[in-house]
Amino acid sequence: MSGATSQKAFTAQLKKIYTWYTGGFVFFVIALTILEMMGMPRQWIGYVFLIATVLLYAGIGVMSRTSDASEYYVAGRRVPAVFNGMATGADWMSAASFIGMAGTLYLQGYSGLAFIMGWTGGYVLVALFLAPYLRKFGQFTIPDFLGARYGGNLARFVGVLIAILCSFVYVVAQIYGVGLITARLTGLSFEVGVFVGLAGILVCSFLGGMKAVTWTQVAQYIILIIAYMIPVVWLSVKHTGIPLPQLVYGSVLQKVTAREAELIDAKTPAGAKEAEVRKIFADRASSAEAKLKGLPGSYDTEKASLQKAVDDAKAANAAPEVVAAAQKSLDGYPKDAKAAEAAWKKDAAVKARANAPLRHAEAFPAKDDKARDIARKNFLALIFCLMVGTAALPHILMRYYTTPSVKEARSSVFWSLFFIFLLYFTAPALAVLVKFDVYTLLVGSEFAKLPAWVASWSKVDPSLLSIVDVNKDGIVQLAEIAIGGDIVVLATPEIAGLPYVISGLVAAGGLAAALSTADGLLLTIANALSHDLYYKMINPNASTATRVGVSKALLLVVALLAAYVASLKVADILFLVSAAFSLAAAGFFPALVLGIFWKRTTGIAAVLGMIAGTVVTFYYMATTQPWMRSVFGVTSPVADNMWWDIAPISAGVFGVPLGFAIIIIVSLITPAPKREVQELVEHVRYPNLRGDTMNTTSN
Amino acid sequence: MQLTDKHREYWSRNLRLTAVLLAIWFVVTFVVGYLARDAFSFNFLGWPFAFWMGAQGSLVVYVVIIWYYARYMNKLDQEYGVAEGEEE
Repeated sequence: MSGATSQKAFTAQLKKIYTWYTGGFVFFVIALTILEMMGMPRQWIGYVFLIATVLLYAGIGVMSRTSDASEYYVAGRRVPAVFNGMATGADWMSAASFIGMAGTLYLQGYSGLAFIMGWTGGYVLVALFLAPYLRKFGQFTIPDFLGARYGGNLARFVGVLIAILCSFVYVVAQIYGVGLITARLTGLSFEVGVFVGLAGILVCSFLGGMKAVTWTQVAQYIILIIAYMIPVVWLSVKHTGIPLPQLVYGSVLQKVTAREAELIDAKTPAGAKEAEVRKIFADRASSAEAKLKGLPGSYDTEKASLQKAVDDAKAANAAPEVVAAAQKSLDGYPKDAKAAEAAWKKDAAVKARANAPLRHAEAFPAKDDKARDIARKNFLALIFCLMVGTAALPHILMRYYTTPSVKEARSSVFWSLFFIFLLYFTAPALAVLVKFDVYTLLVGSEFAKLPAWVASWSKVDPSLLSIVDVNKDGIVQLAEIAIGGDIVVLATPEIAGLPYVISGLVAAGGLAAALSTADGLLLTIANALSHDLYYKMINPNASTATRVGVSKALLLVVALLAAYVASLKVADILFLVSAAFSLAAAGFFPALVLGIFWKRTTGIAAVLGMIAGTVVTFYYMATTQPWMRSVFGVTSPVADNMWWDIAPISAGVFGVPLGFAIIIIVSLITPAPKREVQELVEHVRYPNLRGDTMNTTSN
Repeated sequence: MQLTDKHREYWSRNLRLTAVLLAIWFVVTFVVGYLARDAFSFNFLGWPFAFWMGAQGSLVVYVVIIWYYARYMNKLDQEYGVAEGEEE
């Protein structure tokens, strides 16, 4: 019983430490607010946040340094359920959740809810199918389980490949996010930002492995949740008078819906203005399209007509400003046909802005029933992939190895989802509140009197916000605003009228979200290589010190490689993140679940199922996703490669069922697994089995 | 190692609970989502019901499912004598 008593004391100690920590952090923010009022420059506030938080994470890393295998790989298996829940929350919520989520909801309305449901509902699958059983199995990695259950190195090796494939693309996106946020917080360049962030990630996971990462992630969760809540609550008070945005934004949504109807209806005065602006965009796009079609001949005719305008103006003795204007358009004309094509393509792209705004609360908006049906199908398919992918990503599943018992693992899934829920439950409210602000306060205001946040953000980054008076009436129309999703979270403090310190806090929260996820992912990759590939397959006689040493060295290599790829700014990074979910879902989920729930599942069947699921998912993406098509040189028309109109992001809907089908069929035609394997399955099914002498737990 | 009937009963009760909770998960996610424009488009405290379910309701249900599963299974372990630490 001494183990239980010391665990209790440990938990009490942790509670004390993190309560003090939270208090200290709040005090720190208050102190900075006072300093800001006393005139501390904004840039300094950014630096203080960056340096203070990164030093804090590094400090936790130094304090938790270890070279003990069990501490390094699974934090000594003594992380209490609540704290593992917070750590999983931070591990789980990446920059995409923290900064991107509310923006996606703002831009996509109902369709964006696929991410909200997909990224939370997956924990139901983790709880029911995986966490307690993996904890009973109790080793270090997911390939460990595959190797033991499916008898050998082949299954382990396939597991290692899939784990690396899905974790690496994901970690690249996190490091990219770290670079962006650091650059924004301090004004340093993106590349410097990447490497500052990298230092923060490495100090922590390098010194203390899972142990350091766990305690840092708890600290990061606390920062990110405080940073997310303060601005939303403030904004809610501003618009509804009640500080519970999640419960009261229904009334705001109704006002937004009414305003949308007004703006879409061309018979209202505001709606007519909107239609006017949209028509300008439509005309601009169609004239660009006509010119594109006329290439290469249209390049010369266009140039000639501009030249003629200049000559005519001069010949007619027009006012000097008219001549100057005509000359300016001629000078601005593209230098050759290729440049013209690029410029016109850009013009043609404004076609998207000629569309009426979407209705936020409308499910599956589309022009006809057939298109609506496709939208619905893709909505449900995306939810499916995100959910199953959640229950198959190794860096999340690994976290359930770190609790002291099966019982705690079950509770820990509850706490994980609870802590994730706090943010996800709030994001839809934030999106609607910001939309209300933009639709009612910004739209219809005068260009001469734009709110301060609009001016400052459109200066910082035009891709986040740009407003141009297209129809020159001096009034802001909705169609004149081009907005990037990320601004919703980043600008909320200013929209709500909070001091700059809170903007710094939000950026620090985004940084915490990106760093914590990157830590977890890097550890997964390094462990798959050092533990599964090196120790289990290449050199089983390696000493503990060598194994941990190899893992640390690999961590460094993988981190630098990921930072290098991130600094290339690879296109479509968001697609790659979502692709990781489909790949993980198709690769791992069927083999893991059947391995626990169906004793008859055989090793060769699992290997074939994992390969088939991953390959089919990958193949579908490679033939239908624009960026992947260009990488693999696929030239056949996209429409021919589409199956049932499913978007490439949801390719997992084909891989997962195929994986299940192949595993089941091949299992039935191959000899049943050996007695020991069947006993292993029984072993993981019962938290404690009388007479069971098997002990799979690694220490 | 020989499984007793009691062990098999424990496992089948676990499977039954898993199936029921999974069915609830399926309905709040996919059935409500599928019928979002039809049966579930009615007004619910200001939100269209399907929108509210997607943004808040289903999340609450997921949290409750996992909470209930943990509680039920931890009790079941005790009842069937398979809880950890009982024989060690």
